[in-house]
Amino acid sequence: MKLADLTKGAGEWLRGAGPMRDVVISSRIRLARNLAGVPFLAQCGPEQQHEIEQRLRQEILDAKIANEVLYVDIASASELDRQLLVERHLISRQHATASHPRGVAVSSDETCAIMVNEEDHLRIQVLRSGLDLADAIEDIMRVDDLLEARVDYAFHGKYGYLTACPTNVGTGLRVSVMLHLPALKLTGEIEKAFRAAHDMRLAIRGLFGEGTEATGDFFQVSNQTTLGKSEEQIVREFVTEMVPQLVAYERRAREALVQRRVLAVDDKARRSLALLRASRMISADETMYLLSLVRLGVNTGRLEDVNLKTINELFLLTQPAHLQKMLDKKLESEERDEVRANFIRQRLGAD
Amino acid sequence: MKRECDKCGKPATVHLTEITDGEKIEKHLCEDCAAAEGITVKASLPITQLLEDFILQSAGQEDTSDLHCDVCGLTFPEFRQRGVLGCPNDYDVFSDALDPMLRQAQEGADQHVGKVPQRADSGQEKQNTMLRLRGELRQAVASENYERAAELRDRLKEMEQQ
Repeated sequence: MKLADLTKGAGEWLRGAGPMRDVVISSRIRLARNLAGVPFLAQCGPEQQHEIEQRLRQEILDAKIANEVLYVDIASASELDRQLLVERHLISRQHATASHPRGVAVSSDETCAIMVNEEDHLRIQVLRSGLDLADAIEDIMRVDDLLEARVDYAFHGKYGYLTACPTNVGTGLRVSVMLHLPALKLTGEIEKAFRAAHDMRLAIRGLFGEGTEATGDFFQVSNQTTLGKSEEQIVREFVTEMVPQLVAYERRAREALVQRRVLAVDDKARRSLALLRASRMISADETMYLLSLVRLGVNTGRLEDVNLKTINELFLLTQPAHLQKMLDKKLESEERDEVRANFIRQRLGAD
Repeated sequence: MKRECDKCGKPATVHLTEITDGEKIEKHLCEDCAAAEGITVKASLPITQLLEDFILQSAGQEDTSDLHCDVCGLTFPEFRQRGVLGCPNDYDVFSDALDPMLRQAQEGADQHVGKVPQRADSGQEKQNTMLRLRGELRQAVASENYERAAELRDRLKEMEQQ
């Protein structure tokens, strides 16, 4: 498996399946782990960081966490490859731009990725399509057990798994769920979701793009509490209380839109699709904005000839590093807009 | 289109359209101002802010500036500035300062009740499991889920007898 192979598809977790897939794009769980008897990363010198990277790379590959695992040495990867991994949610932005020895191991279906030497020695993550956290927690515990059988984790009787930043200590577990909330944005009720998230002690932030309004229909909610609750409890709260409440708000807003302003919904969704099918040059932000409205049309049953998987894939494959990787060359912004428009027309079956 | 925050002029990342009595009001705010207005919760708890709060609260009580770890050499002021710890031992060295901060950030908790590595000794694991079950029992009673509460009580009794 090579990195370039990634651009052929969108990864298992974006296939538009799983519970509540009309609103929940994907679910992610990550665990922060550190080696026992070793300083946290920031306190290690370059040599020690290199040793840790070499050792963990080998342990992860030997642990056979998946049938096929690709390990990328981030420090020696090209800027384009690093950006590609960020776009695919396989590494963090900080991991891409840092300068110390570090890497990432990715399972071939991209449902599991392990960052080595991010803020903690190990950041294990699993991704699933839709709200499928039960499966995600089972899988990540399996991977965690496989690694734990090979290395000693820093663990404290009182504080649990020790992390470089105390806000992750205890379980070291962060659940993040990516939500598509276009109807709440359109009806101006998005604050309701923010307030609900706030009351449930969830962090909520915009996703994709540079945070401009045009790309602002995607939100990520994640837990802030990592200590004093079990892993199962944190996940259970997400699955049974927190996410269903936010999803219910969005669904109600969609129903209200279709009941009261069906013509406006049809108009927005169809115009957006028509623009995507007709464009010869299109920016990433505009693409995101139009795809979001098409997705709303599909999920409210107002657009039937487009499938959710295609739309989900386009969100990912139209991002800058993906377009450049597909053509295997560096493209200026204007060239990218042309390549992007061509790619979208091809995928959406236009003229 | 880049907009500036209505309040402070930094780049706005939160954009809202409110419709009140048929009147449309647009708001553009940066993350800090949006958080201050209670519209958004910050992506992650600002650890440096928590530390700052702690220092202010404990002013005049105990001097933390001399605290340092013999293992990795990190001093408390360095931790305060960077927001990350230097090694596992720091949790013990700075525990008096960390506990109140953790309780503030972690819904009142300063004790782990989740997973324990397989190789940790079983006494520790049993204690943690029991702690976790007790916490869940409290929650079950509070939310009037008596069936779950009875189940948890039975499990705790069993463990106590082991």
